[in-house]
Amino acid sequence: MYSEKVMEHFEHPRNVGEIPDASGTGTVGNAKCGDIMKMDIKVENDVITDVKFKTFGCCAAIATSSMATEMVKGKSIDEALQLTNKAVAEALDGLPPVKMHCSLLAEQAIHAAVEDYQKKHPKE
Amino acid sequence: MTDHIIYMDNAATTATRPEVLEAMLPYFTQHYGNPSSIHSVGRDARRAVEKARQQVAAALGAQPREIYFTAGGSESDNWAIRCASRALAAKGKHIITSQIEHHAVLHTCQYMEKQGYEVTYLPVDENGLVSVEDVKKAIRPDTVLISIMAANNEIGTIEPIREIGKVAHEAGVLFHTDAVQAVGAVPIDVNDWNVDMLSLSGHKFHAPKGIGALYIRKGVKISNLIFGGAQERGLRAGTENLPGIVGLGAAIELAVSELPEYTRRLTALRDRLIDGILKNIPDVRLNGHRTQRLPGNVNVSVRYVEGEALLMRLDLAGVEASSGSACTSGSLDPSHVLLAIGLPHEIAHGSLRLSLGNDTTEADVDYVIEKLPGIVRDLREMSALSAENSFQP
Repeated sequence: MYSEKVMEHFEHPRNVGEIPDASGTGTVGNAKCGDIMKMDIKVENDVITDVKFKTFGCCAAIATSSMATEMVKGKSIDEALQLTNKAVAEALDGLPPVKMHCSLLAEQAIHAAVEDYQKKHPKE
Repeated sequence: MTDHIIYMDNAATTATRPEVLEAMLPYFTQHYGNPSSIHSVGRDARRAVEKARQQVAAALGAQPREIYFTAGGSESDNWAIRCASRALAAKGKHIITSQIEHHAVLHTCQYMEKQGYEVTYLPVDENGLVSVEDVKKAIRPDTVLISIMAANNEIGTIEPIREIGKVAHEAGVLFHTDAVQAVGAVPIDVNDWNVDMLSLSGHKFHAPKGIGALYIRKGVKISNLIFGGAQERGLRAGTENLPGIVGLGAAIELAVSELPEYTRRLTALRDRLIDGILKNIPDVRLNGHRTQRLPGNVNVSVRYVEGEALLMRLDLAGVEASSGSACTSGSLDPSHVLLAIGLPHEIAHGSLRLSLGNDTTEADVDYVIEKLPGIVRDLREMSALSAENSFQP
């Protein structure tokens, strides 16, 4: 039911962990529904230089978290805000329909982290 | 993937035993007759069907004429509930069941509600036990059927069926039990248990898939499930699944003859696995009754991790298990059984069922005890939840 790419990211997730002095943090999901994603980003000159995640969730939730971190690392915050769940799912060679909400969580977690950074660092 | 597969999902299905397959094979190519044909090839087939009926009856303490072959547990449950309550509609339209039944029972009861029946779904205690007193109190003058499972498929709790049967009979109410998980795992006697109908499914005790039976006590009124020929006393028409029926008979006879040894061996393995998991992994709880449980059932909730991730990691390590998490059910809610025993959603999502069987060895159990802590540790390290951090954003 899962693509090889999903399984590969599930087995060897990238960027697991936390950033102690994160520039922004986004947490989305709900333990009641079985998925919580937390993303930490480090931003320098509007570029995401580091990103780490922690996820409570199924295979797809872990794989989409991992893929989303890879997709925004080294990108500008404007580019990160354009990340879509569809792009994350496509990068994983697709997700089963019932798991598409996991990719949506990954998108929302990245956006929440960037928005948190923007709130803490308002442009003058 | 590892080469060696440790299959611990025997509550989902079992392998057909070689002895069972061997008994079945001649009925595909040699004795392939239609049991309704009157020539010798047909008569051979008829004899095989009736022998299997006797084998199933003997395993349940029933009469052969009270055994009706079906395609499996779900069909038996559907038939018992729909057709027995319909036959008694003149008496009333109230059904009693429990909140932890298999969906084959629960969804049939929900269908009956749409047909104008009222259904009482009894709660269970934290161990998954139905209270006999609750059953007694729920009985009304218009109650036509009580359906309580003999043993739960997820958490393994064995229900007080004999006592419930007594209460049902004293009140003159028909009593059905879904014994799909119990057959071949606990001793059954339909008279001692006071059951009027009992569902069973072959593939749970090493017969093939697609064959089951419904025991219907002589004298119970039930309407036809399938209209057509005279098969199964005219109640369930259709040419018999001859090889399947032969396999069911052979498998149930073997299972019952080996029951004492099976119970002794699997109970020891089960307890070794439960103790090993609880001892080696922090923040884990056992679901279901500690002792009044199926010999092969282990069900635990592992906090801060999600069940599907857990079982996929186990799969990568060569261990086949199952989970009651939402992610394996295709809905947002975790298992109704785990919620009914009072688990909060986030703990129910982290459930893992390991169901042992005839082929499980002590080495298999020890392998799981050795592998599981590392898998849990790994998933917890990447989890957004922990003992310090069980926030709800």
